Amino acid sequence: MNLPQDERNDEQALGASLLSLIGRTLIAISIPIIAFYVLYQGFIFLRDSKAPAGIIAIVAIIWGVGGVGILFWVFNNLVELLPDLWRGRLLPFVFVGPAIAIMSWYLTIPTLRTFWISLFGRNGPEDGLNFIQLLGSDNFVGLSNYAAVFTDSLMREAFRNNLMWIAFGSTLSVAFGLIIAVLADRSKFEKTAKSLIFLPMAISFVGASVIWNFIYEYRPAGQVQIGLLNAIVTSLGNQPRAWAQWVDISPWNNLFLIVIVIWLQAGFAMVLFSAALKGIPEELLEAGRIDGATELQIFFRIMIPYIQGTLISVWTTVVIFTLKIFDVVWVMTGGQFGTHVIATQFYRQSFTNRNSGYGSAIAIVLLIAVIPVMFYNLKQFREQDAF
Amino acid sequence: MASQKKTKHANSLVVNLVLLLLVVIWTIPTLGIFVSSFRNRDDIASSAWWKVFPHKAWQTVAELDVKELGLNPDEVMTIEGVSGTFDEFREGVATPDGKQITWIGNKRLGRIEVQEEVWTVMWDFTLDNYRQVVGGQDFEFTRPDGTVEVVPGDNMLGAFLNSLTVSIPATVIPILIAAFAAYAFAWMKFPGRRPLFIMVVALLVVPLQIALVPILRDYKTLDLNGTYLAIWLAHTGFGLPLATYLLFNYISTLPRDILESAFIDGASHFTVFTRLIIPLSVPALASFAIFQFLWVWNDYLVALIFLGGNPELELVTQRMAAIVGSRGSEWHLLTAGAFVSMLLPLAVFFGLQRYFVRGLLAGSVKG
Repeated sequence: MNLPQDERNDEQALGASLLSLIGRTLIAISIPIIAFYVLYQGFIFLRDSKAPAGIIAIVAIIWGVGGVGILFWVFNNLVELLPDLWRGRLLPFVFVGPAIAIMSWYLTIPTLRTFWISLFGRNGPEDGLNFIQLLGSDNFVGLSNYAAVFTDSLMREAFRNNLMWIAFGSTLSVAFGLIIAVLADRSKFEKTAKSLIFLPMAISFVGASVIWNFIYEYRPAGQVQIGLLNAIVTSLGNQPRAWAQWVDISPWNNLFLIVIVIWLQAGFAMVLFSAALKGIPEELLEAGRIDGATELQIFFRIMIPYIQGTLISVWTTVVIFTLKIFDVVWVMTGGQFGTHVIATQFYRQSFTNRNSGYGSAIAIVLLIAVIPVMFYNLKQFREQDAF
Repeated sequence: MASQKKTKHANSLVVNLVLLLLVVIWTIPTLGIFVSSFRNRDDIASSAWWKVFPHKAWQTVAELDVKELGLNPDEVMTIEGVSGTFDEFREGVATPDGKQITWIGNKRLGRIEVQEEVWTVMWDFTLDNYRQVVGGQDFEFTRPDGTVEVVPGDNMLGAFLNSLTVSIPATVIPILIAAFAAYAFAWMKFPGRRPLFIMVVALLVVPLQIALVPILRDYKTLDLNGTYLAIWLAHTGFGLPLATYLLFNYISTLPRDILESAFIDGASHFTVFTRLIIPLSVPALASFAIFQFLWVWNDYLVALIFLGGNPELELVTQRMAAIVGSRGSEWHLLTAGAFVSMLLPLAVFFGLQRYFVRGLLAGSVKG
C-alpha cells in the first residue's frame, strides 16, 4: 500500500495534463495566428505595391498556399522534437487545431456575437464598456429588434416571399429533378440529357440572372420583342410585360425569379436521385411488373419509398438553399416590386442602412430557421455511430 | 410477348420525347446568351436571337417611285394590281402571288417597296462584343454607316485575374487545413474528438450571413478589408465544415492495415499523412476542390461584403452585377460578359464532371 507514491503519481498526472492542456491550446491558437501574421504582412506589402496585376496574382497565390503548408510542417517538426508522451498528446492538435480555430472564428463564435449585437441599436454595442455598463447603456434595446423583425411590413413581405420560394422553388426543383432522373434512367441518351440538365449548376447566380433577364427582356408593345417570353406572349396576341417587375400580380411575380433557381437546382436533385434509383434492385421492379403493377404504381409504391432517404436529404438541402437565396433577387430586382426575401433584407439593413442591430436580428432568425435541419443532421450522425 | 414489346417501344418513344422537351427547355436560356454574344450590337437590339435559325423574312425585291407612278396618297391607290388606302399600304398589302407592297416613309417623300417572303438566316457574327468586354482600354465601335463611336472597355480580363487569385487559394487552403483535421479525426485519439466533430456537423448548415457583421468588424480592426487575404480566410472559414466532413467520410474508410504497417516501419503521422493519405485521397480531394472552386468563383455575397471597398479587386461576378446595374439593356455586353464569367466553371465542369458528381453524392450540404 504505497499511498503516498500514488498521490505523487496523481499529482504528477494532474500537472502533466494541465501542462498538456496549455500546450494544446497554445498550438491550436498559435498556428493560425502566426500563419495569419505572416500572410498579413505579405498582403499589406502586396496591397501597397504597384506591380502588375498578373504578378501580384501569382505571388499572392504562392504566398497564401505555400505559407499555410509550411506552417503545418514547422509545427509538426517542433512537436516531433518533444519526448514521446508529449508528442502523442500534442500532435493531434497540430493537425486538428487550425481547422477548429478557424471554424470557431468564422462560424461558431459569430453566432454568439451576432446574437449579442442583435440586442443593441443601430451601431451595436459600444467599445470600451464592460458587460454591465453595456446592459445599462441607451443602446441596449433587448429583444425589440426581434419585435420589429416580425412586425415590419417589408419583413413580413420577405417572410411571405421566402415561404413562396420554399413552397414552389424547392418543391419544383425536387419534382423536376426526380422526373428527369426517372426518364433519363429509361432513355438511351441518359448521359447527354443529364449533362445538359446539370450544366446550369456551373453557372453563377449573377450569370443566371443575366440569362433570365434576357428571356424576360421587355419592349413596349409594337416593337420587336427580343426576349423569348414576350415574343411568345405577343405572338399569341397578348400584351408584353416586364415579368419580374410586374407589380399588379404581386406576389406572383416572385415566380419569375423562382423559375431561375428551379432551372439551376433541378440538376443537383437529378444527379442524387439518379444515383439512388440505380441502387434499387432490378428484381424488385421486375417482381412488381410481373404482379401487373403499372409504371405509375411502380413509381409511387416501389421507387419513392425506396429512395425516401435521398428524397428527404435533397429536399432539406434545397430548402436551406432557397431560404438563404440572395444573389438572384439582388441582381434581378434589388428587392423592389415586392420581391424582398430574408437575405436581401439582411443585406439592406446591415450594409445599406447600416443598422447592424436590426440586421443581426434578421441573421439570427435565419439561423433559427435552419436549426431543425441541424438537429436532424446530428440525429442522423449519432445513429450512424461511426464515431 | 409481341404486344408487350410494342408498348415498351411506344413507352420509350414517349420517354425520349418528354426528355427531349425538358432538355430543350433547360438548354434554350444558355443557348440564347451564347448565340447573342457573337451577334452584332445593332442586330441584338433590333432583332431576336433566334433569327440566326432559318426563318421566313420579307426581302425587298423592287423599289417603286411614287411620282413615276403618279399616285395620290389621299385616295385609294392601285399598285401592282392591288388597291388600298395610304394607311393600308403603310401596314403592307399582300398581293395574290404572295408578295407584299409596303409604303415606306410619309405621304410626300415616301417610296414603295415590293417585298417577297424568303427563307433566310441572320449570320452576321462578330467577336467585337468580347473585345469590348474583355479589354480595359477604350474600344472603337464602327457603326454600319461608317461613323466611329468610342466606348470604354469593361476590363473583364482584370476581373477574371482577380477571380482566379481569389479562387485558387480559397480552394487549396481549406482543403489543406481540412485534410489535416480529417486525418486527426479519423486516425488519432485525443480528448474532445467527439464534441469537436459534432461541432463540425452542426456547422454544416449554419448560414454564413450570421458571420458577416462580426467578421467585418474584426476586419476593420485588423485593417484587412479589401485584401485578398480577407476573402481567402472568409471562404476558408465558411468552407471548412463541409471540407472536413467530406474528407473525414473518405479518409476514415481507408483500410487500416496500410497505416498500421507504415507505423510499424517507424513512420510518423506527418509522413503517413503526406506520403500515404494524401495520394490515396485524391478522388475525394478533387471532388471537394471542384465544389469549392465553383462555389468561390460564382460567389457574389462574400465578395460584395469583404472586397466591396476596393474597386481594383473587383471579381467577375461583381463586374457582371455592375454591368447589369448600370447598362442593363446593352445586351451585346451582358451576353459576352456572362459567357466570359462562365468560361472557367464550364470548363472545370465538363472536364471533371465525374469527380464533381462524386462529391455531390458524398452528401454535400453547405451553410
